[in-house]
Amino acid sequence: MAFIEIEGLSKSFHGSAGTRHVLRHVSLTIERGEFVSIVGAMGSGKSTLLNLLAGLTEPDTGTVTVGGTVTRGVRNDAAMVFQNYSLLPWFTALENVRLAVEAACPQLSQEDQRVRATWTLERVGLGNALHKRPRQLSGGMRQRVAIARAFATMPDVLFLDEPFGALDALTRETLQQELARLCRDDDRQVTTVMITNSVEEAILLSDRIVPMIPGPPATLGTPIPVELSRPRSLAQLAHDEQATLARAHVVAALTAAPGRKRSNGMLHSDAASAVLRPVAEETR
Amino acid sequence: MTKRIINIVLPFFGVALAILAWWAASRAVGDLPSPARTWEESKLYILEPLAKRGEMDQGIVLLALYSLLRVARGFLLGILIATPIGFLLGVSSTLTRMFDPIMQVLRPISPLAWLPLGLVIFQKSEPAALFAIAVCSMWPTVINTMMGVRAIPQDYWNVAKVLRLSRFTTFTKIIVPATLPYMFTGYRLSLGIAWLVIVASEMLTGTPGVGGFLWQEYNSLVYAHILLAIITIGVVGFALDRLMGMAEARLRTV
Repeated sequence: MAFIEIEGLSKSFHGSAGTRHVLRHVSLTIERGEFVSIVGAMGSGKSTLLNLLAGLTEPDTGTVTVGGTVTRGVRNDAAMVFQNYSLLPWFTALENVRLAVEAACPQLSQEDQRVRATWTLERVGLGNALHKRPRQLSGGMRQRVAIARAFATMPDVLFLDEPFGALDALTRETLQQELARLCRDDDRQVTTVMITNSVEEAILLSDRIVPMIPGPPATLGTPIPVELSRPRSLAQLAHDEQATLARAHVVAALTAAPGRKRSNGMLHSDAASAVLRPVAEETR
Repeated sequence: MTKRIINIVLPFFGVALAILAWWAASRAVGDLPSPARTWEESKLYILEPLAKRGEMDQGIVLLALYSLLRVARGFLLGILIATPIGFLLGVSSTLTRMFDPIMQVLRPISPLAWLPLGLVIFQKSEPAALFAIAVCSMWPTVINTMMGVRAIPQDYWNVAKVLRLSRFTTFTKIIVPATLPYMFTGYRLSLGIAWLVIVASEMLTGTPGVGGFLWQEYNSLVYAHILLAIITIGVVGFALDRLMGMAEARLRTV
């Protein structure tokens, strides 16, 4: 039995404009210690799926089973990183991370909690910014704090909601590498589910890539394995044969399916081409 | 540079014009004292601001102080009741739907209407005044605190969920800090109302303070002192608002 089993998840939203079926019968299995990326265009329902996996929202139908038990609500061994950092502005970097440690490890003494939080922040290179508030930090540094907050609780499962989406290209690349390092460094195995709209990012970080076929309702395509040795780098990926193959598969899966419905396909196909553009430029 | 000087001078020019209008009005209305006569008859109260000659016959600062103390107690009572109510209504839409009609009906009731009820309930003028101040001034705090809780971004609720914070920790570490700026705006508006109510309640109950003084001097036909009291009420109210505004601004930068 796989570590995470997602079985027949459906989710609809009821608004004034009527009911929107975002996800229908989505199923997926993830092995322990695996890094899986779900790639799709903006508005394709990725975030909805991740929120369901993380337990932030309840599905209409279907179940998420982690380690043999069906999850209800957020699991105590899970952590999450959000696209917009979601740091508490009235706390310093250290206090933000400490809040997570305090909630996850109440058995630790105050001092041990502080040490753990400090150590985690030092691991992401923020040893000299412990007492800065989020607004005194750059976007990249804020996301480092958020990543530290997630890793500080030593989670078994990590959910990443477009963690680098709001960052500039240079910062993004550095942080991608750091995340890869953090996931690898831990002697414990962190099972990671990331959603992203960047195929390159997915290839760089994942063991498997799951294309999200836009709907609505959205469905998941066949997972594409990325069999590349680690550590990987973007420069290396640009010329690697395996990477090119994986990229072609993901792009094919993302572009093949839409066009079923022209009426609402407009926004989605636009978004899909925006995702694919950097790939197209590189394969030229 | 010249623009700065003009900006400093202009308010004085406005005050001068207002005094001129006052003077003109006093020429037209027989009983209305002129600015000069008002000063002449009031200067004892201003130049000896802390003198105590009788129950109502006291320096203007002393009178204002009595009123301020009364306001402070009524206001504190009001926000002590209003803040928790605001949090409860902010968190629970069921409670909001339940109590919103009552709130909308109670809110526009004048202090003059609450005061007799307070006198009936408490039998004494002092608690009745506090009751009126508290009941009238609590609404902006209730509503602002409620709005503040509602305005907490979904992101922060998600953080609370993902970190599995307890209800208590969520309240102290997320809800309260996120709501604080809204709450303080509520406090500022509440204090403004409390200061409006104090005058009315002192006039009706005849307790010493700026409002009580105003009413007594009207009854003793010393009209200049009415103007003195009015100006004092305005200046103190303005100062209170500025002080709360400064406290609010400090909070917003956090």
